[in-house]
Amino acid sequence: MEIPYTVKPRPDTGLYNAKVGIWLFLASEVMLFGAFFSAYILLRVGAPEGFWPDVATGWPHGLLNIPIGTFNTAVLIASSVTVVMAWAALKENNFPKFQKFMVFTVACALGFLTIKTFEYNEKFTHYVVRLKDGSAVTGHLNVDGHSPRFWTLQDVEEKKIEALKVEVDVPNKFRFPVGMKIPEAVHEAHKAGKHHEEKEFKVADIASLKAFVPSTATFFAIYFTMTFLHGLHVLAGALVLGYFAFLGRKFWQQHPEQFTNRIEVAGLFWHFVDLVWIFLFPVVYLL
Amino acid sequence: MSLKAFHIAFVTASVLLLLVLSGWCFGNFRADGAISQAVWGSVCLVAIGGMLVYGRYFLRKFKNISYL
Repeated sequence: MEIPYTVKPRPDTGLYNAKVGIWLFLASEVMLFGAFFSAYILLRVGAPEGFWPDVATGWPHGLLNIPIGTFNTAVLIASSVTVVMAWAALKENNFPKFQKFMVFTVACALGFLTIKTFEYNEKFTHYVVRLKDGSAVTGHLNVDGHSPRFWTLQDVEEKKIEALKVEVDVPNKFRFPVGMKIPEAVHEAHKAGKHHEEKEFKVADIASLKAFVPSTATFFAIYFTMTFLHGLHVLAGALVLGYFAFLGRKFWQQHPEQFTNRIEVAGLFWHFVDLVWIFLFPVVYLL
Repeated sequence: MSLKAFHIAFVTASVLLLLVLSGWCFGNFRADGAISQAVWGSVCLVAIGGMLVYGRYFLRKFKNISYL
Protein backbone atom coordinates (compact mmCIF):
# COMPACT_ATOMS: atom_id res chain seq x y z
CA MET A 1 0.00 0.00 0.00
CA GLU A 2 1.34 3.41 -0.91
CA ILE A 3 1.31 6.13 1.73
CA PRO A 4 -0.52 9.11 0.24
CA TYR A 5 0.70 12.70 0.07
CA THR A 6 4.34 12.11 0.98
CA VAL A 7 5.43 14.34 -1.91
CA LYS A 8 2.41 16.09 -3.40
CA PRO A 9 0.36 18.47 -1.25
CA ARG A 10 -2.95 17.21 0.07
CA PRO A 11 -5.72 19.28 -1.57
CA ASP A 12 -7.51 20.29 1.65
CA THR A 13 -4.42 21.34 3.66
CA GLY A 14 -2.20 22.46 0.80
CA LEU A 15 0.72 20.66 2.46
CA TYR A 16 2.22 17.17 2.29
CA ASN A 17 1.16 15.07 5.27
CA ALA A 18 4.47 14.93 7.12
CA LYS A 19 4.58 18.72 7.33
CA VAL A 20 1.12 18.86 8.90
CA GLY A 21 2.23 16.09 11.27
CA ILE A 22 5.42 17.81 12.40
CA TRP A 23 3.59 21.09 13.05
CA LEU A 24 1.01 19.29 15.20
CA PHE A 25 3.87 17.65 17.09
CA LEU A 26 5.68 20.98 17.47
CA ALA A 27 2.46 22.54 18.80
CA SER A 28 2.44 19.91 21.57
CA GLU A 29 6.11 20.66 22.23
CA VAL A 30 5.32 24.37 22.56
CA MET A 31 2.80 23.45 25.26
CA LEU A 32 5.36 21.27 27.06
CA PHE A 33 8.16 23.84 27.07
CA GLY A 34 5.66 26.68 27.57
CA ALA A 35 4.56 25.06 30.83
CA PHE A 36 8.17 24.86 32.03
CA PHE A 37 8.90 28.48 31.04
CA SER A 38 5.75 29.59 32.88
CA ALA A 39 6.81 27.57 35.93
CA TYR A 40 10.29 29.13 35.79
CA ILE A 41 8.92 32.68 35.62
CA LEU A 42 6.45 32.10 38.46
CA LEU A 43 9.14 30.54 40.66
CA ARG A 44 11.55 33.36 39.81
CA VAL A 45 9.16 36.24 40.57
CA GLY A 46 7.84 34.40 43.64
CA ALA A 47 11.31 33.84 45.13
CA PRO A 48 11.85 35.78 48.38
CA GLU A 49 14.22 38.74 48.46
CA GLY A 50 17.75 37.95 49.46
CA PHE A 51 21.09 36.94 48.05
CA TRP A 52 21.38 33.17 47.84
CA PRO A 53 22.87 31.27 49.67
CA ASP A 54 22.81 33.64 52.67
CA VAL A 55 19.04 33.40 52.51
CA ALA A 56 18.19 29.74 52.01
CA THR A 57 15.23 30.44 49.77
CA GLY A 58 16.69 33.35 47.74
CA TRP A 59 17.34 32.99 44.01
CA PRO A 60 20.93 32.07 43.04
CA HIS A 61 22.81 34.51 40.81
CA GLY A 62 26.01 34.14 38.85
CA LEU A 63 26.39 30.38 39.22
CA LEU A 64 26.15 29.52 35.54
CA ASN A 65 29.01 30.03 33.12
CA ILE A 66 27.80 32.73 30.70
CA PRO A 67 30.73 32.54 28.20
CA ILE A 68 30.22 28.76 27.85
CA GLY A 69 26.45 29.24 27.52
CA THR A 70 27.04 31.89 24.83
CA PHE A 71 29.43 29.60 22.96
CA ASN A 72 26.86 26.79 23.07
CA THR A 73 24.24 29.21 21.70
CA ALA A 74 26.55 30.05 18.79
CA VAL A 75 27.06 26.32 18.15
CA LEU A 76 23.29 25.75 17.89
CA ILE A 77 22.76 28.80 15.66
CA ALA A 78 25.51 27.49 13.34
CA SER A 79 23.83 24.07 13.27
CA SER A 80 20.53 25.64 12.20
CA VAL A 81 22.28 27.38 9.31
CA THR A 82 23.91 24.14 8.16
CA VAL A 83 20.71 22.08 8.42
CA VAL A 84 18.92 24.52 6.11
CA MET A 85 21.92 24.47 3.75
CA ALA A 86 21.75 20.66 3.73
CA TRP A 87 18.11 20.90 2.65
CA ALA A 88 19.07 23.41 -0.06
CA ALA A 89 21.77 21.01 -1.31
CA LEU A 90 19.10 18.33 -1.82
CA LYS A 91 16.96 20.81 -3.75
CA GLU A 92 20.04 21.21 -6.01
CA ASN A 93 20.32 17.38 -6.31
CA ASN A 94 23.71 17.46 -4.63
CA PHE A 95 23.82 14.59 -2.12
CA PRO A 96 27.56 14.82 -1.20
CA LYS A 97 27.08 18.51 -0.32
CA PHE A 98 24.00 17.56 1.74
CA GLN A 99 26.07 14.99 3.61
CA LYS A 100 28.81 17.49 4.44
CA PHE A 101 26.36 20.02 5.87
CA MET A 102 24.45 17.35 7.76
CA VAL A 103 27.60 15.84 9.30
CA PHE A 104 28.58 19.34 10.46
CA THR A 105 25.10 19.76 11.99
CA VAL A 106 25.41 16.47 13.89
CA ALA A 107 28.91 17.46 15.04
CA CYS A 108 27.47 20.72 16.40
CA ALA A 109 24.75 18.79 18.25
CA LEU A 110 27.29 16.44 19.80
CA GLY A 111 29.56 19.40 20.62
CA PHE A 112 26.67 21.11 22.39
CA LEU A 113 25.95 17.99 24.45
CA THR A 114 29.62 17.50 25.33
CA ILE A 115 29.92 21.08 26.58
CA LYS A 116 26.67 20.69 28.54
CA THR A 117 28.06 17.53 30.15
CA PHE A 118 31.12 19.48 31.35
CA GLU A 119 28.81 22.21 32.67
CA TYR A 120 26.74 19.64 34.59
CA ASN A 121 29.87 18.01 35.99
CA GLU A 122 31.06 21.41 37.22
CA LYS A 123 27.76 21.80 39.09
CA PHE A 124 28.01 18.33 40.67
CA THR A 125 31.42 19.25 42.18
CA HIS A 126 30.24 22.69 43.36
CA TYR A 127 28.77 22.96 46.87
CA VAL A 128 26.77 25.14 49.19
CA VAL A 129 28.09 24.89 52.73
CA ARG A 130 25.64 26.04 55.41
CA LEU A 131 27.10 26.70 58.83
CA LYS A 132 25.39 26.30 62.18
CA ASP A 133 25.58 30.08 62.77
CA GLY A 134 23.12 30.54 59.86
CA SER A 135 25.62 31.82 57.28
CA ALA A 136 26.45 29.99 54.05
CA VAL A 137 29.08 29.98 51.30
CA THR A 138 29.42 28.33 47.89
CA GLY A 139 32.55 26.82 46.40
CA HIS A 140 34.47 23.69 45.46
CA LEU A 141 35.73 21.33 48.13
CA ASN A 142 39.42 20.60 48.28
CA VAL A 143 39.78 16.96 49.30
CA ASP A 144 43.29 15.75 48.45
CA GLY A 145 43.48 18.26 45.59
CA HIS A 146 40.13 17.56 43.94
CA SER A 147 36.46 18.31 44.51
CA PRO A 148 34.37 15.11 44.80
CA ARG A 149 30.89 14.77 43.28
CA PHE A 150 27.59 14.59 45.19
CA TRP A 151 29.06 14.61 48.69
CA THR A 152 26.89 15.27 51.74
CA LEU A 153 27.85 15.97 55.32
CA GLN A 154 27.37 12.26 55.99
CA ASP A 155 30.16 11.40 53.50
CA VAL A 156 32.51 13.85 55.24
CA GLU A 157 31.72 12.39 58.66
CA GLU A 158 32.10 8.80 57.43
CA LYS A 159 35.58 9.64 56.14
CA LYS A 160 36.39 11.10 59.57
CA ILE A 161 37.44 14.46 58.12
CA GLU A 162 37.60 17.05 60.91
CA ALA A 163 38.17 20.22 58.89
CA LEU A 164 36.90 20.80 55.36
CA LYS A 165 38.88 22.96 52.92
CA VAL A 166 36.62 24.96 50.58
CA GLU A 167 37.61 27.15 47.60
CA VAL A 168 34.97 29.75 48.47
CA ASP A 169 33.53 31.66 45.47
CA VAL A 170 33.91 35.42 45.34
CA PRO A 171 30.43 36.47 44.12
CA ASN A 172 30.34 37.62 40.49
CA LYS A 173 29.78 41.36 40.72
CA PHE A 174 27.88 41.47 37.42
CA ARG A 175 25.24 39.16 38.80
CA PHE A 176 24.12 40.96 41.94
CA PRO A 177 20.35 41.51 41.99
CA VAL A 178 19.28 44.93 40.71
CA GLY A 179 19.35 47.51 43.52
CA MET A 180 21.55 45.45 45.82
CA LYS A 181 24.77 47.21 46.86
CA ILE A 182 27.89 45.30 45.89
CA PRO A 183 30.18 44.94 48.94
CA GLU A 184 33.54 46.74 48.67
CA ALA A 185 35.37 43.44 49.35
CA VAL A 186 33.84 41.99 46.17
CA HIS A 187 35.06 45.00 44.12
CA GLU A 188 38.54 44.62 45.58
CA ALA A 189 38.65 40.87 44.90
CA HIS A 190 37.61 41.43 41.27
CA LYS A 191 40.21 44.15 40.80
CA ALA A 192 42.83 41.71 42.07
CA GLY A 193 41.47 39.06 39.66
CA LYS A 194 40.59 36.81 42.59
CA HIS A 195 37.66 34.46 42.03
CA HIS A 196 38.20 32.05 44.93
CA GLU A 197 39.45 32.20 48.45
CA GLU A 198 40.51 29.06 50.30
CA LYS A 199 38.89 28.68 53.71
CA GLU A 200 38.81 25.86 56.22
CA PHE A 201 35.67 24.97 58.17
CA LYS A 202 35.46 22.68 61.17
CA VAL A 203 33.07 19.85 60.28
CA ALA A 204 31.43 20.29 63.69
CA ASP A 205 30.41 23.84 62.62
CA ILE A 206 28.78 22.73 59.35
CA ALA A 207 25.00 22.29 59.37
CA SER A 208 24.68 20.92 55.82
CA LEU A 209 26.71 20.25 52.69
CA LYS A 210 25.02 19.93 49.33
CA ALA A 211 26.27 19.78 45.75
CA PHE A 212 24.48 21.87 43.11
CA VAL A 213 21.85 19.23 42.34
CA PRO A 214 18.09 19.63 41.80
CA SER A 215 17.25 19.07 45.49
CA THR A 216 19.62 21.85 46.64
CA ALA A 217 17.54 24.82 45.50
CA THR A 218 14.44 25.56 43.45
CA PHE A 219 16.67 27.24 40.87
CA PHE A 220 18.67 24.05 40.30
CA ALA A 221 15.50 21.95 40.16
CA ILE A 222 14.04 24.01 37.31
CA TYR A 223 17.46 24.58 35.65
CA PHE A 224 18.27 20.88 35.45
CA THR A 225 14.72 19.92 34.42
CA MET A 226 14.58 22.40 31.56
CA THR A 227 18.13 21.99 30.27
CA PHE A 228 18.01 18.18 30.56
CA LEU A 229 14.70 18.05 28.68
CA HIS A 230 16.20 20.30 26.03
CA GLY A 231 19.34 18.12 25.93
CA LEU A 232 17.18 15.03 25.30
CA HIS A 233 15.64 16.84 22.32
CA VAL A 234 19.12 17.70 21.01
CA LEU A 235 20.14 14.05 21.35
CA ALA A 236 16.98 12.85 19.57
CA GLY A 237 17.55 15.39 16.78
CA ALA A 238 21.20 14.35 16.41
CA LEU A 239 20.18 10.68 16.07
CA VAL A 240 17.60 11.45 13.37
CA LEU A 241 19.86 13.83 11.44
CA GLY A 242 22.79 11.39 11.79
CA TYR A 243 20.60 8.58 10.41
CA PHE A 244 19.76 10.68 7.33
CA ALA A 245 23.38 11.79 6.86
CA PHE A 246 24.98 8.35 7.10
CA LEU A 247 22.25 5.94 5.99
CA GLY A 248 20.08 8.05 3.71
CA ARG A 249 21.85 7.56 0.36
CA LYS A 250 19.76 4.55 -0.77
CA PHE A 251 16.47 6.23 0.09
CA TRP A 252 17.62 9.39 -1.66
CA GLN A 253 18.42 7.40 -4.84
CA GLN A 254 15.01 5.71 -4.82
CA HIS A 255 12.75 8.58 -3.68
CA PRO A 256 14.62 11.91 -3.93
CA GLU A 257 11.57 14.16 -3.45
CA GLN A 258 10.27 12.23 -0.44
CA PHE A 259 13.75 12.23 1.11
CA THR A 260 14.02 16.01 0.61
CA ASN A 261 10.68 16.44 2.37
CA ARG A 262 11.87 14.27 5.26
CA ILE A 263 14.91 16.50 5.63
CA GLU A 264 12.65 19.56 5.68
CA VAL A 265 10.56 18.00 8.46
CA ALA A 266 13.69 17.04 10.43
CA GLY A 267 15.00 20.57 9.86
CA LEU A 268 11.78 22.04 11.28
CA PHE A 269 12.22 19.94 14.43
CA TRP A 270 15.86 20.98 14.67
CA HIS A 271 14.96 24.65 14.33
CA PHE A 272 12.37 24.27 17.08
CA VAL A 273 14.97 22.70 19.42
CA ASP A 274 17.39 25.56 18.68
CA LEU A 275 14.65 28.17 19.14
CA VAL A 276 13.88 26.76 22.60
CA TRP A 277 17.54 27.30 23.52
CA ILE A 278 17.41 30.88 22.16
CA PHE A 279 14.74 31.55 24.83
CA LEU A 280 16.23 29.29 27.50
CA PHE A 281 19.69 30.87 27.43
CA PRO A 282 18.75 34.46 28.40
CA VAL A 283 16.07 33.33 30.86
CA VAL A 284 18.28 30.93 32.80
CA TYR A 285 21.76 32.43 32.35
CA LEU A 286 21.19 36.18 32.20
CA LEU A 287 18.06 37.06 34.18
CA MET B 1 5.06 27.05 7.24
CA SER B 2 8.11 25.78 5.33
CA LEU B 3 11.65 25.42 6.66
CA LYS B 4 12.45 28.61 4.76
CA ALA B 5 9.87 30.64 6.73
CA PHE B 6 10.86 29.03 10.04
CA HIS B 7 14.53 29.76 9.34
CA ILE B 8 13.72 33.44 8.80
CA ALA B 9 11.86 33.48 12.15
CA PHE B 10 14.87 31.74 13.74
CA VAL B 11 17.36 34.26 12.34
CA THR B 12 15.12 37.09 13.60
CA ALA B 13 15.03 35.51 17.08
CA SER B 14 18.82 35.12 17.00
CA VAL B 15 19.26 38.81 16.13
CA LEU B 16 16.95 39.76 19.03
CA LEU B 17 18.93 37.51 21.40
CA LEU B 18 22.18 39.17 20.28
CA LEU B 19 20.59 42.58 20.92
CA VAL B 20 19.65 41.50 24.46
CA LEU B 21 23.13 40.08 25.04
CA SER B 22 24.83 43.20 23.76
CA GLY B 23 22.55 45.37 25.95
CA TRP B 24 23.42 43.17 28.94
CA CYS B 25 27.17 43.56 28.27
CA PHE B 26 26.96 47.35 27.77
CA GLY B 27 24.81 47.58 30.92
CA ASN B 28 27.59 45.86 32.87
CA PHE B 29 30.15 48.19 31.24
CA ARG B 30 28.14 51.26 32.27
CA ALA B 31 27.75 50.01 35.82
CA ASP B 32 31.33 48.97 36.32
CA GLY B 33 33.53 50.33 33.51
CA ALA B 34 34.96 46.87 32.73
CA ILE B 35 36.46 47.10 29.22
CA SER B 36 35.96 43.37 28.60
CA GLN B 37 32.18 43.88 28.83
CA ALA B 38 32.31 46.67 26.23
CA VAL B 39 34.36 44.42 23.94
CA TRP B 40 31.84 41.56 24.25
CA GLY B 41 28.98 44.01 23.66
CA SER B 42 30.72 45.16 20.47
CA VAL B 43 31.30 41.54 19.37
CA CYS B 44 27.53 41.00 19.71
CA LEU B 45 26.85 44.05 17.53
CA VAL B 46 29.26 42.75 14.87
CA ALA B 47 27.49 39.37 15.07
CA ILE B 48 24.16 41.13 14.50
CA GLY B 49 25.64 42.67 11.34
CA GLY B 50 26.81 39.21 10.28
CA MET B 51 23.36 37.72 10.84
CA LEU B 52 21.72 40.48 8.79
CA VAL B 53 24.15 39.91 5.90
CA TYR B 54 23.47 36.17 6.13
CA GLY B 55 19.70 36.81 6.19
CA ARG B 56 19.95 38.76 2.94
CA TYR B 57 22.06 36.01 1.34
CA PHE B 58 19.55 33.41 2.51
CA LEU B 59 16.56 35.29 1.09
CA ARG B 60 18.28 35.56 -2.29
CA LYS B 61 19.35 31.89 -2.32
CA PHE B 62 15.86 30.65 -1.39
CA LYS B 63 13.79 33.13 -3.45
CA ASN B 64 12.18 30.33 -5.50
CA ILE B 65 11.07 28.26 -2.49
CA SER B 66 7.60 28.73 -1.00
CA TYR B 67 6.97 30.13 2.48
CA LEU B 68 4.24 27.53 2.95
